[in-house]
Amino acid sequence: MRGRPLLRTSYEADQAIFPTVTQKVVVTVFLLFLVAIPFFAPGTVGSEGALPGPNFLASSDWLRLLITLGIFSIGALGINVLTGLAGQVSLGHAFFMALGAYTAAVLGAAPGALWGMGLPMWIWLPAAGIVPALVGILVAPTAVRVRGLYLAIVTLGLVFIGEYLWRNLDFITGGSQSGRSFPSFEFRWWKEEAPVFSLGEPSTWFGFLNVSGNAKIYLFVLALTAILALVAKNIQRTRTGRAFMSIRDRDVAAEVMGVDEFKTKTIAFAISSFYAGIAGALLASFIGRTIPEQWNLPLSVEFIAIVLIGGVGTVTGTLLGAAFVVLLPRLVEDFTHFLEGVLAEGGILATIVDPIISTGGDFGLINTSAGVAPGLGIDQFNLVIYGLLIIGFLIFEPLGLYGIWLRIRNYWKGWPFTY
Amino acid sequence: MTPHLVVLAQATGASSLGRMLVDFLSLGSIYALLAMGFVIIFKATQVLNFAHGALAALGAFLVASLVSVLQVPARWMPTAPRWLTWVLAVLIALVVAALIGMALERAFIRPMVGEALFAVAIVTLGVDIVVRTITNDFIGQQSRPLGDPFGTRVLAVGDFALVPWTVIAQVTTTVGLVLLVALFFRSRLGIAMRATAFDQEAARAQGINVGRVFSIAWAIGALLAAVAGIFLSLFPRRAAGVDQSTAFFAFAAFPAIILGGLDSVVGAVVGGFAVGLAQAFATEYLTGISFLGSGFPGIVPYILMLAVLLVRPYGLFGSEEIRRV
Repeated sequence: MRGRPLLRTSYEADQAIFPTVTQKVVVTVFLLFLVAIPFFAPGTVGSEGALPGPNFLASSDWLRLLITLGIFSIGALGINVLTGLAGQVSLGHAFFMALGAYTAAVLGAAPGALWGMGLPMWIWLPAAGIVPALVGILVAPTAVRVRGLYLAIVTLGLVFIGEYLWRNLDFITGGSQSGRSFPSFEFRWWKEEAPVFSLGEPSTWFGFLNVSGNAKIYLFVLALTAILALVAKNIQRTRTGRAFMSIRDRDVAAEVMGVDEFKTKTIAFAISSFYAGIAGALLASFIGRTIPEQWNLPLSVEFIAIVLIGGVGTVTGTLLGAAFVVLLPRLVEDFTHFLEGVLAEGGILATIVDPIISTGGDFGLINTSAGVAPGLGIDQFNLVIYGLLIIGFLIFEPLGLYGIWLRIRNYWKGWPFTY
Repeated sequence: MTPHLVVLAQATGASSLGRMLVDFLSLGSIYALLAMGFVIIFKATQVLNFAHGALAALGAFLVASLVSVLQVPARWMPTAPRWLTWVLAVLIALVVAALIGMALERAFIRPMVGEALFAVAIVTLGVDIVVRTITNDFIGQQSRPLGDPFGTRVLAVGDFALVPWTVIAQVTTTVGLVLLVALFFRSRLGIAMRATAFDQEAARAQGINVGRVFSIAWAIGALLAAVAGIFLSLFPRRAAGVDQSTAFFAFAAFPAIILGGLDSVVGAVVGGFAVGLAQAFATEYLTGISFLGSGFPGIVPYILMLAVLLVRPYGLFGSEEIRRV
């Protein structure tokens, strides 16, 4: 049987998360690489040393980006369960994220002018998932009554009503002017003065590993993302997960086969909102201070975009999509700076680059001093690219990045034959 | 991104009931126009167009830029009266808006013929991001006045000082409604549109040019969006002109179309005016209540929508999808 990767002799083998040895090895190596990232920076191993590797990843702005990526992955895994597996289009993800964030704030933040109970993290983090899940269960009956595009707009209404609530519940959210601060990543048993350990502070592990605060938060978020991704993958393989997919593919047929539509949709909403709440709480805690207007429609759209760009209904695709959407602005920015460099050097390349980028008053598609000359600022350019990517993926590759990966894999599987 | 749609009452010195009435009519007609644009696109192509707000802002921006920046066509007709050049500029802007609508459809929506409705709706979300970003970049930070010929002139009707646009918007909405109903139920093209919405493949097999139907629906939709955008920039916010929040306003028309039912033209108008009434009422009578906080009129449409949907899941006039288990 060895060496015939597509031959499965048991149901277990067919359902395995990593069916081949190669996949297990690749995933393990990749996870080890992810764990090693913070230690690429000089001075992290011993007093001078570092692990060999791409050390720009360990710089503090990249580390922040990777933390955001982890948090967005968690949120996207949630929307993937609801929209990707169960087929219920929801634009209300931002609402549930806000709910999670403010639950965390009320339970975890120190008491002061705004509500806060100062409870430890092991209470506020799970609660940040459970409260949105309960609210999700309340919303779910609407999804049974209202279908398809109507549901999309109902959940859109949820975001607007939520935004209004957050603006006006200023004893919880701090209002639009100042926002509020969120509990930081500190671990306490109960309400002690000094935390048992604090993820935000730098420390030394095993006597020779110097880890910065961001590095510790990164490792924490990475672990959480990995666990939640595994859970999401396993949900897909259970009876409930198959019920989700049957509802997505044909709800009438699913009901005929004995799938309880009401129950299934309720579970889907609960799971999705749980993930959203956790992601919201982590995001708010990581940023530290947010205003109510941050939890708006574009945030919801971003999650739908992640799922669509990555590949609907797949965990791998969702993670790929999150990486793509979160890292894209940074890549565009770096690319712009690269072009600026080319322009400054002059020569024939600069002539080609000139119509694309403008640093002063002349015309350029991207304008680094926005507002002065015609052309889009970097932020606007990013938005346009992002919009075009959503369109492009849906038109040309409905399976998303995951579909592209499948095609590459299948090509090499049969190489040198074309089929 | 707050939906700051609180409308300033047009009528000065009138009773609060009178102010509410004027607000209701002005808002209602704009929502109805926006909703009609949505509905024609949905009814003909089954596409839920999230880019509608962006198209509305684009239309208003085109007028602002034609009238005050490019001075078209006033620069070639220096002796013509101001209202004439203004009307011509608006007509040019409407044609351009319709052409842009057709171009967007050809480039982004046509390849999606036959795909899942949800996927196409998300494509329009992408189109919305692109069009809105570029339009807002052109508009810039300040709002741009549309330079309309009425200026600050008002019509005095009894106690009211009405902005003339309030009346013109009513007329436009009525004419638009009659024309659209006639189009859908009395013309060959309308039948082709309904057939296309029902089943694209079957329509094609009957010799209907599905691509052409898509094109025309988007042209009319974009045109109606532009009309709504122009009215929106002209009167409800005291001639503020078009600015970066104009595109966002159209989201408040979503409750209107859902209320009336996604595929009903009459429903769009009824929904539009219902949402307008609810918002005018909230603006006039509920803003002072401290318990409700600020910005309550902005979410009244959504609350109304939720209430109606729980009773009638396909809106007031929408056609029901029949399913039995």
